[in-house]
Amino acid sequence: MSGSRERVLARVRAALADVPAGEAPEDVAVPRDYAPAHDQGETTALFAERLEDYKALVHRTPPEGLAATVARALARRGAGRVAAAEDAPEDWFAQAEAEVVRDGGLDVAGLDRMDGVVTGCAVAVAETGTIVLDGGRAQGRRALTLIPDYHLCVVRGDQIVAGVPQALPRLSPARPLTWISGPSATSDIELDRVEGVHGPRTLEVVIVE
Amino acid sequence: MSPDHSSPGAGHAAQDRAAGHATFLGMLPFPEAAERAVGDSQLRHNLRMATRTIRHKREEVVGELDDWSALRAAGKAVKDRTLRHLDTYLERLEAAVTAAGGRVHWAADAAEANEIVTGLVRATGETDVVKVKSMATQEIELNEALAQAGIIAYETDLAELIVQLSDDLPSHILVPAIHRNRAEIREIFRDRMAAWGVAAPEGLGDDPRALAEAARVHLRERFLRSRVAISGANFAVADTGTMVVLESEGNGRMCLTLPQTLISVVGIEKVVPTWSDLEVFLQLLPRSSTGERMNPYTSTWTGVAPGDGPQEFHLVLLDNGRSDVLADEVGRQALRCIRCSACLNICPVYERTGGHAYGSVYPGPIGAILTPQLRGTASAQEASLPYASSLCGACYEVCPVAIDIPEVLVHLREEVAASPGHRAEKAAMGAAGWVLGGERRLGAAQRAASAARSVVPRRMPGPASAWTDTRDIPEIPEESFRAWWRREGAAEPAPGADPAEPGRSGGDEEGGRR
Ligand code: SF4
Repeated sequence: MSGSRERVLARVRAALADVPAGEAPEDVAVPRDYAPAHDQGETTALFAERLEDYKALVHRTPPEGLAATVARALARRGAGRVAAAEDAPEDWFAQAEAEVVRDGGLDVAGLDRMDGVVTGCAVAVAETGTIVLDGGRAQGRRALTLIPDYHLCVVRGDQIVAGVPQALPRLSPARPLTWISGPSATSDIELDRVEGVHGPRTLEVVIVE
Repeated sequence: MSPDHSSPGAGHAAQDRAAGHATFLGMLPFPEAAERAVGDSQLRHNLRMATRTIRHKREEVVGELDDWSALRAAGKAVKDRTLRHLDTYLERLEAAVTAAGGRVHWAADAAEANEIVTGLVRATGETDVVKVKSMATQEIELNEALAQAGIIAYETDLAELIVQLSDDLPSHILVPAIHRNRAEIREIFRDRMAAWGVAAPEGLGDDPRALAEAARVHLRERFLRSRVAISGANFAVADTGTMVVLESEGNGRMCLTLPQTLISVVGIEKVVPTWSDLEVFLQLLPRSSTGERMNPYTSTWTGVAPGDGPQEFHLVLLDNGRSDVLADEVGRQALRCIRCSACLNICPVYERTGGHAYGSVYPGPIGAILTPQLRGTASAQEASLPYASSLCGACYEVCPVAIDIPEVLVHLREEVAASPGHRAEKAAMGAAGWVLGGERRLGAAQRAASAARSVVPRRMPGPASAWTDTRDIPEIPEESFRAWWRREGAAEPAPGADPAEPGRSGGDEEGGRR
């Protein structure tokens, strides 16, 4: 701790002289009559549609088609060498021709030489087309999904919730989280949306149902 | 492309540029600055196109949520709860961040915040830092303070990069270079990128895709080797000590993930009580600001995560006038602001003057109430701001945390009118005259602002009546403001057309900027 802690707190307290001494924070009512989710369609279909709105590539497959879907996606992308977390399931890559490099502390230059990265996720939100990574199983640390220009994400059907209020209780704030809604983009030039600036410029999602 | 852009020559040029950074200090009061801006037809054209686009996007995605008004009420209430007990929540936040391995610093004003950050950067031995867009650090002019200490701060947000390269000032909260069009941006990249690092590619065109690619290449190496980053935060969760940053490009993720040391400068009003409160703001903010269901990237982190991201985290809590705003029971609501910029995009005055006329990093309606409260109304510039509005009420209608901006404007006008000092009063009257006298300037937008009928008093209360008695507040017709925008926006304007001023020739839009 450094700086003017006591001074700032004293000023804040003085500024709140009008707040009755007996008032607790919870005494200030917060109406919570907003919806946990909106009735916008069947969850998996909605999620796929919202991702496509962001210009992400989307596939839906039963579990037995996953390895083939991953293999096809990597081949189409021309990805010869992809990174993956150390605990990403081996069978995702069973049919892939690409070399899979497990992240055992690759440095940034090493990550920069990868043609892409394949991960899972923690939670996905249908209404907003969002994938949340928490560094848990099959996801790895944050740099892994940031530096390669191509991100292939495997989402299980049971990981998809309808709305944002349903996602937060499934996530631990203690872990660093990355919420991803489509590929990196900017609208800074005449409000014209351009996909792809600093983060992965291509996002491909495989939904396993 | 040669990666060798770290030569002493390039660094030196960059330092010169940083030292000559533009500043909002000593700017003209609102009426003169506005008059200038309105005379700049390229600027007006860029602004009108941009604000119109974003208004429509916002309306569409907000319309998707049938519980928008419930979310808005919750957002307002959560912020009110926090503000009324801010001392409690700040102490909670401090404890949680500290427990998670972060260090918390308290800055009473800009000078102290700059001193703390400069000291922290110096301690790392680095002289280059990367920055992700942050209003708080612009407010305290951190880049200038760092430059004086020989530290160069590299802005990494595309719009901030444009502003920094052209030694310009931001003119919008969300899209700081909204006043620049693609041709201007190409010129800036071609002429200035080399002095700051990797030069623009030969033959760079003005396609936004090519410009974004140039920015990617320009910043790539810098991201990969930077060891210190500076950020702000959109929210700071008191219970858990979690920081939240919303962004689009991935420059934020680069800054928040790759360096060893992360310093976040956060205004004390950014606190929210609990993790689950984010369910409200993560719905309100993206839809209200960029008009997206969700922005491409949101990062959250709590202190330090072993093996993932910066291993040193500093949170600098900034007061810098906020406790003064808090002390004003009417003005306090301005601290609810989540900086979505919807009030700028809807404001008929902003659309004509642009952001620079407001003389602060906080432009538009929110700036008109926040800046005079943060800095006081003693000088002409700040005193003029509460008058930079027609009180049409559109800003209140779109605000996701229901800040009654017209109410605060009227309240501040009273304060200005009651304060001694001729200079301030004169400037204020000038601004009022500029706005109110502008039937032609504000055109249909103002006349159509009937949604606000109830918030526009016929006669300003208190001391402000001294001048409202002698001036008519503009007539406001029945049609609602939203209805008017919807109708106006239905027909996309041809470049040069000015739908708000049907009687005027659009010819003035064709000329180049300056
Ligand atoms: S005042 Fe309201 S509308 Fe304006 S930027 Fe702040 S939150 Fe958004």
